[in-house]
Amino acid sequence: MNQLGFPILSLMMALPLAGALASLFSSAAASRMIALAVTLVDLLLGVVLWLNFDQGLSAPQWQFTEYAPIFGRFAWAMGIDGIALLLIVLTVFLMPICILASWEAISKRVNEYMAAFLLMETMMIGVFTAQDLFLFYIFFEAGLIPMYLIIGIWGGANRIYASYKFFLYTLLGSVLMLIAMLWMARDANSTYIPTLMQHSFDPKVQIWLWLAFFASFAVKMPMWPVHTWLPDAHVQAPTAGSVILAGVMLKMGGYGFLRFSLPMFPEASVYFAWLVFALSMIAVVYTSLVALVQQDMKKLIAYSSVAHMAIVTVGLFAFNEAGLEGAMMVMLGHGITASALFLCVGVIYDRLHTREIDRYGGLAVNMPQYAMIFLLFTMASIGLPGTGNFVGEFLSLMGVYEASSWVALVSTTGIIFGAAYMLYLYRRVCYGDLTKEDVKAMPDLNLREWAILAPMAAVILWMGVYPESFLKPMRADIHMIVERMASAKPEGDAQLTAGVPQASAAHGSHENEDAHSSNHETAGEAH
Amino acid sequence: MDMASLLMTAPELVLSVSGLALLMVAAYAGDGSARLVGWLSIAALAVAGWTLCGTPGHGGEAFDGLYRADAFGAFAKVLIYLAAAVSILVAPRFFATGREIRAEYAILILFACVGMGLMVSAGDMLTLYVGLELNSLASYVLASFMRQDSRSAEAGLKYFVLGALASGILLYGISLLYGFTGSTSYAGIATAMSEDGLSNGELFGLVFVLAGLAFKISAVPFHMWTPDVYEGSPTPVTAFFASAPKVAAMGLTVRVAMEAMGSALDSWQQIVIFVALASILFGAVAAIGQTNIKRLMAYSSINNVGFALVGLAAGTAEGVAAVMSYLAIYVVMTIGSFLCIMQMRDADGRPVEEIASLAGLSQSRKGLAAAFAIFMFSLAGIPPMMGFWAKFLVFDAAVGAGLTGLAAFGIAMSVIGAFYYLKIIKTIYFDEPAAVYAPAGSRIENALMAVAAAVIVLGYLLNPFLDKVSTAAAAALH
Repeated sequence: MNQLGFPILSLMMALPLAGALASLFSSAAASRMIALAVTLVDLLLGVVLWLNFDQGLSAPQWQFTEYAPIFGRFAWAMGIDGIALLLIVLTVFLMPICILASWEAISKRVNEYMAAFLLMETMMIGVFTAQDLFLFYIFFEAGLIPMYLIIGIWGGANRIYASYKFFLYTLLGSVLMLIAMLWMARDANSTYIPTLMQHSFDPKVQIWLWLAFFASFAVKMPMWPVHTWLPDAHVQAPTAGSVILAGVMLKMGGYGFLRFSLPMFPEASVYFAWLVFALSMIAVVYTSLVALVQQDMKKLIAYSSVAHMAIVTVGLFAFNEAGLEGAMMVMLGHGITASALFLCVGVIYDRLHTREIDRYGGLAVNMPQYAMIFLLFTMASIGLPGTGNFVGEFLSLMGVYEASSWVALVSTTGIIFGAAYMLYLYRRVCYGDLTKEDVKAMPDLNLREWAILAPMAAVILWMGVYPESFLKPMRADIHMIVERMASAKPEGDAQLTAGVPQASAAHGSHENEDAHSSNHETAGEAH
Repeated sequence: MDMASLLMTAPELVLSVSGLALLMVAAYAGDGSARLVGWLSIAALAVAGWTLCGTPGHGGEAFDGLYRADAFGAFAKVLIYLAAAVSILVAPRFFATGREIRAEYAILILFACVGMGLMVSAGDMLTLYVGLELNSLASYVLASFMRQDSRSAEAGLKYFVLGALASGILLYGISLLYGFTGSTSYAGIATAMSEDGLSNGELFGLVFVLAGLAFKISAVPFHMWTPDVYEGSPTPVTAFFASAPKVAAMGLTVRVAMEAMGSALDSWQQIVIFVALASILFGAVAAIGQTNIKRLMAYSSINNVGFALVGLAAGTAEGVAAVMSYLAIYVVMTIGSFLCIMQMRDADGRPVEEIASLAGLSQSRKGLAAAFAIFMFSLAGIPPMMGFWAKFLVFDAAVGAGLTGLAAFGIAMSVIGAFYYLKIIKTIYFDEPAAVYAPAGSRIENALMAVAAAVIVLGYLLNPFLDKVSTAAAAALH
């Protein structure tokens, strides 16, 4: 079966599902405990999964596979590669944090809330583990239901509009993907994703298939100009809902590109790279500027998410190892950072019940611990070296520089803009004089909030200091995708060649004289 | 008398004989026997369904081709009998609240079932017409079953007048086909059509027949009667109209299209595509403004017929199998939704039909709210509910037949439809509580609702079975 001897992936999905049912029939207090226990056990299973994942060079690409053809036309096919592994670990890591963050903030209909979150966890894990095309689609869509309820029931004042917009936007994006999937399953005579990844679709049809998938993933990602559902959904969703949205749901778009668009339609991906680049460049500049003028903290972070996701897309469509690995690192880093920022907003929102930036100021005086940890996450969001985002953004931009130096130039402004809007936010919230009476009365972080934020801070630093832990599991899989793209990949405009070293300065390393690719590989090993 | 043929029509014989016998019971025992008659009718339906295991399920042609006993008919009949049985089961409680229940209710449904059985098993235009009229006459009476209620009376009258018009159109089409092909049997028409190409007269006949049938399945542009009839009829009758006759009329349409007009695929395919898309679009858009839940379900049924027709538009055996699976899932969803709707009663037990009255239902009646949400998400076609699988199958068939554009357009339209289903869920879950409903219904209603909800959520495990029987049903058409 697998290296563990039991179907761990199914178990990871069954647990939250059982927990959801149990908490539906429990009291508020009991459902909180059930949800916390279940998500912690799932986190533990996630760690077990990671530790047992064979990262060796000769390891099979798909591990922990399960296969049961019980649905007739499609199968219960599960299995993960390194990319899915990391996203699953991200999911199970964020879930207990979400539950803790909602511990006191949610006071009405608690058991249904917890059930919705646990259901959500099942669906998210399902998306990343599904190895069957239609199983993937079912989980991908089914995740909308609990999120719709979370935004609509426990959201802010304008929650109904936001929930509709979220649901219908993402649904419209996805349905076209289903038609493409139906066509693909017929053409390849298989619904098994690993088979489809090796199947060569007719390049002419690829264009249409790619566009159908793009409609879905671009909305999910979200890319400019179909990003408008995100600020609404984020602002109206409860804190934990925002965390799941930013932390995991947005990553489904990037995961989709990595799993479907690139390996299945390499020619079309290359053909449309300009489109992705153009939209991403606009997103980086435009949404960063929009973030700069926001008065609402959650909205600001939501727009910054769009800008960060644009760095992911340029990295993905660089079609080289650095770009793809960087994109994955940005996804993981942003998953933690943006979530942490939403939680930081949640902390002060719980105290003052407003997200308006002007209502705060001078928090560094009466909430020094909060100011410190908020600063750490602010710096992480900017991409300061030592944090996970730096590694990701650096790799992505390095990758895209090989493909197109102009795109790299524009995308890099995202980091500068990022510093601008994040520092501006931080200055307005934490610095300045502590003049407002109600702000003065706000207590500093309590133990529960520390328990939420401290692990996230630790992981962000871990990612920044030793990214190899995260790069190693996915290296072989990323390489596989790059190989798949190799035949279609265009010549980049920036042909990097190492300078010819002086005879006296050379220390016998003749590899450096080779072209940039081998140069890059040695750099990668030196990590 | 041809004994083998008689045996093949056993389901209809059982239902007719027991219907007539029960009519005597009702006449002599009066309306007090309504419950007894109801249970006996359900027993009759069960026996009729049981006979389908024998020759009526696979016997072949009876009465020289007038009647077909095959897997296709059996599949449709099982659905029809199930829907009819549920409509009978839930009726007493609905009529218990100050309305007169008459013993004839269940008997009329039995006779409608005889007609529907003939519709889906017809091998000849005249059998078709007789079955259709038998069903329609029973339906007209059922629609106006609450005589004192002006809406119900209006529904019956409207249904009758427009139904008569549609029958006229259908008969005219049949006569044209008879005149130009020299036959009323499907086989004869098919032979004549394929031998020397489609003549103009045959084309006109085809168009008129399809128009008449479009009325029966309430497809756009022949849908106008649906919202009024659905709204005015007593709710159990509406549940019946939305399920069983839909299956019968769709089954009939599929059989006529594939068997009698199979060679004229190119001609009717464009009509079916137009009707399908128009139904999907109109059903979705017109439902948005509705405030009455029964009217909304009427538009929902128009919308769903459009999706089912996408499978027929494919014109392949796979498409037929998809339509049959669609109907099976649709019947469960619709019956489930109507079971929920029948629980909408104010504190005095009077039925409420305003969508607004559902506000905050999730806080007073959690189970009912959850079931409602499941059926609505399912009707909207959101996975993991079975409603998604129904749409999946018809679109898969359309893609398989090369109609990718139709599939893409149709599925994009389904997003519009999702909006009004979401609106109901929003009312139930997001809004502040309105007046509380009367306490939960009988055990039977709750159990049926729970079973339907479970099928909708866990139905994927039945997929291999559904695949097998629907493929067998499709293979029976030739």
